Amino acid sequence: MTHGHPGGDVKEVRGTLWSLIPAPTLWAVHFLVCYVTAAVYCAKAGLQADLAPVRIAIAIITVAVLAGIFAAGAHAYRIWGFELKIQPTHDADSIRDQRLFLGFAAFLLCGLSFVATLFVALPAMLIETCQ
Amino acid sequence: MNRPLDDAEDRERRNQQEERLRKVWAAPRGWRYWSAVNNSEVGLWYTGASLAFMLFAGVLALLVRAQLAVPDNDFLSADTYNQAYTLHGTAMMFLFAVPIFEAVAILLLPQMMSSRDLPFPRLSAFGFWCFIIGGVFVCGSIFFDAAPTGGWFMYPPLTTDTDQSGIGADIWLLGLSFIEIASIAAAVELIVGVLKCRPPGMRINLMPLYAWYVLVVGAMILFAFPPLIAGDLLFELERAFDWPFFDPSRGGDPILWQHLFWIFGHPEVYIVFLPSIALAAMIVPTFAQRPIYGYSWIVLAAVGTGFISFGLWVHHMYTTGLPAISLGFFSAASEAVVIPTGVQLFALIATLLLGQVSLSVPLLYVAGALAIFIFGGLTGVMVAIVPFDWQAHDSYFVVAHLHYTLIGGMFFPLLAGVYYFYPIATGKSLSYRLGVVGFWTMFAGFNATFLPMHLTGLLGMPRRVFTYPADLGWDWLNLFSSVSAAVFAVGVLIVMWDIFRPKGHQPYSERNPWNAGTLEWVARMPPESWGARCVPLIESRYPLWEQPDFVRKVDEGRFYLPDAEEEKRETLITTTLAAEVVQCLRIPGPSFLPMLAAIGIGGSFILATFHWWIAAALSGAAGVAFILRWLWTGTAMIPEKPEKDIGLGATAPLYQSGSNSVGWWAMFITMLADLTAFSGLVFGYFYFWTVHGAFPPVGSAEPDRFWLVAAAVGYAAAWALTLLSVRANANGSAYAACASLVAGIALALGGTAALVFAPSATGMDPTVHAYPAIVWVLILWTGIHAAAGVLMQAYVIARTAVGLCTAIYDADVRNVALYWHFMALTAAVTIAVIGLFPEVSR
Repeated sequence: MTHGHPGGDVKEVRGTLWSLIPAPTLWAVHFLVCYVTAAVYCAKAGLQADLAPVRIAIAIITVAVLAGIFAAGAHAYRIWGFELKIQPTHDADSIRDQRLFLGFAAFLLCGLSFVATLFVALPAMLIETCQ
Repeated sequence: MNRPLDDAEDRERRNQQEERLRKVWAAPRGWRYWSAVNNSEVGLWYTGASLAFMLFAGVLALLVRAQLAVPDNDFLSADTYNQAYTLHGTAMMFLFAVPIFEAVAILLLPQMMSSRDLPFPRLSAFGFWCFIIGGVFVCGSIFFDAAPTGGWFMYPPLTTDTDQSGIGADIWLLGLSFIEIASIAAAVELIVGVLKCRPPGMRINLMPLYAWYVLVVGAMILFAFPPLIAGDLLFELERAFDWPFFDPSRGGDPILWQHLFWIFGHPEVYIVFLPSIALAAMIVPTFAQRPIYGYSWIVLAAVGTGFISFGLWVHHMYTTGLPAISLGFFSAASEAVVIPTGVQLFALIATLLLGQVSLSVPLLYVAGALAIFIFGGLTGVMVAIVPFDWQAHDSYFVVAHLHYTLIGGMFFPLLAGVYYFYPIATGKSLSYRLGVVGFWTMFAGFNATFLPMHLTGLLGMPRRVFTYPADLGWDWLNLFSSVSAAVFAVGVLIVMWDIFRPKGHQPYSERNPWNAGTLEWVARMPPESWGARCVPLIESRYPLWEQPDFVRKVDEGRFYLPDAEEEKRETLITTTLAAEVVQCLRIPGPSFLPMLAAIGIGGSFILATFHWWIAAALSGAAGVAFILRWLWTGTAMIPEKPEKDIGLGATAPLYQSGSNSVGWWAMFITMLADLTAFSGLVFGYFYFWTVHGAFPPVGSAEPDRFWLVAAAVGYAAAWALTLLSVRANANGSAYAACASLVAGIALALGGTAALVFAPSATGMDPTVHAYPAIVWVLILWTGIHAAAGVLMQAYVIARTAVGLCTAIYDADVRNVALYWHFMALTAAVTIAVIGLFPEVSR
């Protein structure tokens, strides 16, 4: 088994299986907070209620979650390093490729989570009342 | 190592190794064959049984189509029709689509990782026996005119009304709850298998994509199935004991069931889809003769789909009157899930484009699957949009859509897998001609059946009607669908004949017939029972293509564990990321205990259906006794030496405990699922809060605060004492460890008594209103878990007393301590919710 890769570009940031989780988890938290906020608000305020308070709450949580996903993306980027010169197959038997793979997959998941979070926030911007 | 390979002495040594391995791993003979627990046997039974249930459910579908062929038909009565379509959906989803994933994974995953078996073979066997008992019970009911009639999703209030729904609903609830437990058992086995049983060197970035999918789907099962188990519990309590969770006249809400069902039901669609795409991801590179394109992208897509699929459940509930904004969130997530799904399909297509494609039967099925699934996906995008869904809801358009996704996304890829992997499972090949003829018959029959249904649905035909009047414009469409369904069935029969026809005279398949690159194809023909001649050192995603002399080295036993010197079944346990060896795991061999345990536990569920409570309790107790015996005789066994030589100059410990051991991980993962089910119940409590103006309702009795505090103190002390016993045991003081566990048992029992007394003292009656009912169900859940915790504490005391749990070999006590962490959390949440929330909400 080879351990590591020659050269000084091996960064200290380690990837683990958990590196994959933060961004989609943030998506899930955002989704649940949006849904529960709106559902509880509408259940208690009635179908005619104006959604403005919910819209503001969702805007705040969306910005916070997007910032979190962005931070997770930046972390994944540091693990991976965006080495455009090499094909991102990361299929060598080395600690380096293991790390690059995890960083790359985590980075892609951050992208997906970012877009999916924006998707979920959109209805709050478009719908006016609980009806 | 450097001696010439043809050295006679070397050859003789290898033969002896092979003889020992063969003897150790041989399946039992005669009637004892059914005590086998090895993945190659259990996986085969599991697959065969799932296919049999599929055929059964297929026959029901044909009955349904026969009834609908012409208007005003009286081929089936309304009631028989209801039983047929309910059981068709139920069996296809619960007895075929999900179990076949587990079956195929149990069969193939160890091969793909050159692991001799999964870490808990008896658990696999237990899961299989649970599955077959529950499945036969549920399906058999139709022969007694007692099958469920309420649709595969069992919506109340129709199904909570015992006059209208009869015993069928109980059979559905209890039979399937039992099978869901088996599914969770399989998920635990498979997750630990993927994380800990990979061969040395198979880093996380070299793992076959199939293993990635198994990991994701296993995790999804842990979070998707438990809410349904929680729902089943509420449902059965309402049916059997009149606790009104879904009865609006007493504060319940039928929509709560829909939430719990679909929190399970929508992820389930992906639970059946992802493993099938995983098969395609193994097949496509072989026939493109190149590595998969975009490995990381597929991992992204699998993990991403796993998450987002949990945000879709309300798209089955668009017409229940939820606020538009709620529907909007779920509609948005339903559109977002298209992105990762599409990524997977594009990666497969790109691999084919970049490779040298040779056409073959498995690839033909993959191609057909992609065509059908993409069509179903496109109508999925349509029904994910709320206004369109309001038009199409509950019409045949949805029937067409779901069959396109499931048959394209699950059935065809599965058959691709069957044609591809058949030689590994049986040593024989399937027929090219039957495969091709079967494919085109099914492909034509399927599309001719379901394509017109889109139109039938748009013309207004509702689902689940047993007949319809003539001249509504549905006549010829239905007739066409019914005739085509028969064509589809002929195609299925051709393929099933190919699978099950006797092949005694047929020569064995050649080795690695498709020239694949992945590890499972190192298998010899005919296959050997040992699973892997030795456990190789992996350096590549496609070792058969890329590692020189790989097959020869494996055959000569030149890697790890080439022998079974002590004549015990062994496999290697490695670290999660880099796959470095941490243990040589001894795994238990054939036993009837898993089967007996399944009969006992299954019996308790079946007897409970008929409300024979005492017999059910006795049967359950027998099941628990068999499980304890199985644990006592087959787990955490103290080895005769601390470590052993595993070949290549390496040694590995024979025993691990705590988070280094597979048992600890199994406990952890099981308890995650358990915690999810508990969350489903807590969700129920807060759901009732949202639907009531005041919750707890004004003037209703509340649990007595004093007894709640007493329960909290009792459980906290029991938890602390369990942790203390781990410390005492590690310090070599077995006496102190046992004493602290005895005190822990006393306090846990005291805490449970106090918890039960809290609502009893104030006269809370669970049949009066949903509020006392949900409080009682949380207490019931906590009490049952405390009882299990006490049983485990007693087990550890017994193990310590006879010297099976010691200061060094302490897996038992550490696993029980882990359980008690979760138990403490469960108790804390229960007491906080029922005790503190009423104070806050006032």
